[in-house]
Amino acid sequence: MTSISDKSGAGRSLLEARKLTKIFGSLKACDGIDLTIGTGEIHALLGENGAGKSTLVKMLFGALQPTSGEIIWKDSVLTVTSPAMARSLGIGMVFQHFSLFDALTAAENIALSLDEKTDLNTIAAKAREIGQTYGLPVDPDALVGDLSVGERQRIEIIRCLLQNPDLIILDEPTSVLTPQEADLLFVTLERLKSEGKSILYISHRLEEVRRLCDRATVLRHGKVVGQCDPRQETAGSLARLMVGSDIHVIERRPNEAPMAQAALIEVNGLSQKPRGPFSVSLHDIRLVVKPGEILGIAGVAGNGQGELFEALSGEVLQERADIVRIRGKDTGRSGISARRRLGAAFVPEERLGHGAVPNMSLTDNLLLSRYSTDGKVFLGGGLLRLLQQSGLSLAAKRIFAQMDVRKSSENPDASALSGGNLQKFLIGRELDRNPSVLVVNQPTWGVDAGAAAHIRQALVDLARSGSAVIVISQDLDELFEISDRIAAMVHGRLSDSVPIEAMNMERVGLMMGGADPASVHVSAGAA
Amino acid sequence: MRIELVKRPQHSALFSALSPFIALFLTLIAGAILFSLLGKNPVSALYYYFVEPLTEIWSWHELLVKAAPLILIAVGLSVCFLSNNWNIGAEGQLIMGAIAGSILPVVFPDFQGWYVLPMMLLLGMAGGMAYATIPAFLKVRFNTNEILTSLMLVYVAQLFLDWIVRGPWRNPQGFNFPETVQFNSSAILPEIWSESGRAHWGFILAIVAALLVWFMLSRTLSGFEIKVLGRSARAGRFAGFSAGRLTFFAFAISGALAGLAGIAEVSGAVGQLRTTISPGYGFTAIIVAFLGRLNPLGIVAAGLVLALSYLGGEAAQVSLGISEKSARIFQGIILFFVLASDTLIYYRIRFVTRHSDAAAKGA
Repeated sequence: MTSISDKSGAGRSLLEARKLTKIFGSLKACDGIDLTIGTGEIHALLGENGAGKSTLVKMLFGALQPTSGEIIWKDSVLTVTSPAMARSLGIGMVFQHFSLFDALTAAENIALSLDEKTDLNTIAAKAREIGQTYGLPVDPDALVGDLSVGERQRIEIIRCLLQNPDLIILDEPTSVLTPQEADLLFVTLERLKSEGKSILYISHRLEEVRRLCDRATVLRHGKVVGQCDPRQETAGSLARLMVGSDIHVIERRPNEAPMAQAALIEVNGLSQKPRGPFSVSLHDIRLVVKPGEILGIAGVAGNGQGELFEALSGEVLQERADIVRIRGKDTGRSGISARRRLGAAFVPEERLGHGAVPNMSLTDNLLLSRYSTDGKVFLGGGLLRLLQQSGLSLAAKRIFAQMDVRKSSENPDASALSGGNLQKFLIGRELDRNPSVLVVNQPTWGVDAGAAAHIRQALVDLARSGSAVIVISQDLDELFEISDRIAAMVHGRLSDSVPIEAMNMERVGLMMGGADPASVHVSAGAA
Repeated sequence: MRIELVKRPQHSALFSALSPFIALFLTLIAGAILFSLLGKNPVSALYYYFVEPLTEIWSWHELLVKAAPLILIAVGLSVCFLSNNWNIGAEGQLIMGAIAGSILPVVFPDFQGWYVLPMMLLLGMAGGMAYATIPAFLKVRFNTNEILTSLMLVYVAQLFLDWIVRGPWRNPQGFNFPETVQFNSSAILPEIWSESGRAHWGFILAIVAALLVWFMLSRTLSGFEIKVLGRSARAGRFAGFSAGRLTFFAFAISGALAGLAGIAEVSGAVGQLRTTISPGYGFTAIIVAFLGRLNPLGIVAAGLVLALSYLGGEAAQVSLGISEKSARIFQGIILFFVLASDTLIYYRIRFVTRHSDAAAKGA
């Protein structure tokens, strides 16, 4: 890797933050943060969820005002009062969640974000030009709704570059990309850097930070805990800085269950029409998971994972009963309660509003998915079906202890828990009844590293105790860590699964792009 | 400059509990202002409105007569509103219940015995329930807006009542007044203490209904289902609850209770069917339900408060010469302040200037 930053004057700082502090109520989200970004460098901002990365960046971009501290831009102290002011200063930002309208074209979307009025043809021409210069091919006249996630991100970047910024802030840009798309993005970023632009790169993916970035600032609990040259560090040493302790390594005993056993869950040719304007159709999906196995399903978000989950769970019924079989029974026409009674358990992607009711207590949320299977313990009074609060709070206590759920009061509302703790509770809620089939969508999305390790270990342990587990995830590292086989979802189709021994990043990336796993020729050891 | 509502990160438990009282207090102040604008002494006006009706045993009875239908209907509506089913048509369900329950005494006046009254009450409930399942069916089957359909069915019911009382059911000996025959004695809901006033067993039925629904909502899986589906339809589906089934259930319960209120009013307070049997109980009950915070026990208290506004309206007409329609104004003001207080518990007001507007848009 070339180090262009050395010759383009890394000594001059473009942006400096001094003792930047932001307090929300009693929480110090950012606590005296010092950060210096040099001209022409790619600077990584590393940290776990909740470390204060977003708060810091929002202050630099003018979306939040710091409680104290100052920002120095090109050698002068100033207050960034609004994102519009940040843009006019020369600070651009690409958000993690895109703010694009599906029903408008790329050029129209760009026009909406510009502060002054420009006609659409000029914008389209400029967008094409920038796209060509920086390797961001996008058709300005295409409807955003028809574009892939990678292309949508390119629109966001072009939109940002049109303002000709000196500093570009990218928030978790690769979290939505396949490995191959990410490689293309890195080429663009290198190119921008060679022109003397600075980039603040927010990520928790250590490998790509080591590959791309010149310097890194590591945050933990709102404080700077380290500044380093990531190329001099290992992924392990960066992780230690980020988390503050060694990360628990997942123990994965080999699967000892004999492979001849009957499948616990099978899907035979599941096809489904889209259920709404932005829903994905499913095409002839087939899968089989046997006792003791974890099947990982990779894929970029929005390729039908949510639809597959709802078909497996029974929230959406199938045309024929034999399309979904759980423990040898045809369940395609049975609802979620019947599937649960057969021993299946489900953890959806969205925690608040799908897996849990936000403004209901944890014991109520425990009852939510367990009343049909554990009626003996949680319900009494025969036909009256009275709620047994004592049984519920006993079971809840068991889950809190088992999954190390941290909470502020005895039985808080689900919305009062942090994302990681709520996810531990929701997974613990299902593990507590020893399901023989578990389907979980994005088990550690937005969860801090400690909690994520805990959840992954629990999934592996469940499988090794003889259950079948399906993990749908966008996080490839996670899938490689826990899966026995990996399949990929793209455009509502599911590829054949490949044993983990024969899998590597390149191959899964190609599968996520739609290539047939059998035809993908893999250079050994590329992972 | 613009005014925006911003969600509060936390809401105060104290003010949540106080909000109905704050709303009532603000209503009194607004009422006082209203009376002084009309040129009346606000203190004596409020006295005639809210205190004078409570100075005699007789008017306490009247209070219970008015509170009975309000509580019955509002208890049913609480089940609807908690489950996100916006039944605005309780007035129509009340009328249909009253008509269905009156079949026995009007069409078969010779059919008499102790069993007539229970059968009338059951028929009343069945009539209200059947009428309420129409908007439920339309919502589940065709995804129509139940606010519109249930409201429009009120007018259908009112015109049907008008027609049946003027036409086929008119009392032949009634000098052409639009009234049915007087109910026979076995079709009359008895009074509780007949020596001191008119309060009838409808109020007891209302208390029993409130207790039963309170028990269902707070202690049983059905109550849990209602709350889950009302707060998050998607989480309810994940739990395995059926939103369509619950819509039928909620409309059926509230329709049955509104129908019971209708037949109890006719057989307890009126004694015959007329073109107007309700001074808008079905609509006022919506206010009762919200003032009682959708809790059946709170609704009992709120029902008594709103019943007082009816009595106060009559008293104010006699003592002050103000139209009794002023009661409607008071009811409107109460609803306004109840909803406003509840909103401000969960949201705070922010004044947006152009400057901070730009910041918000970019974020």
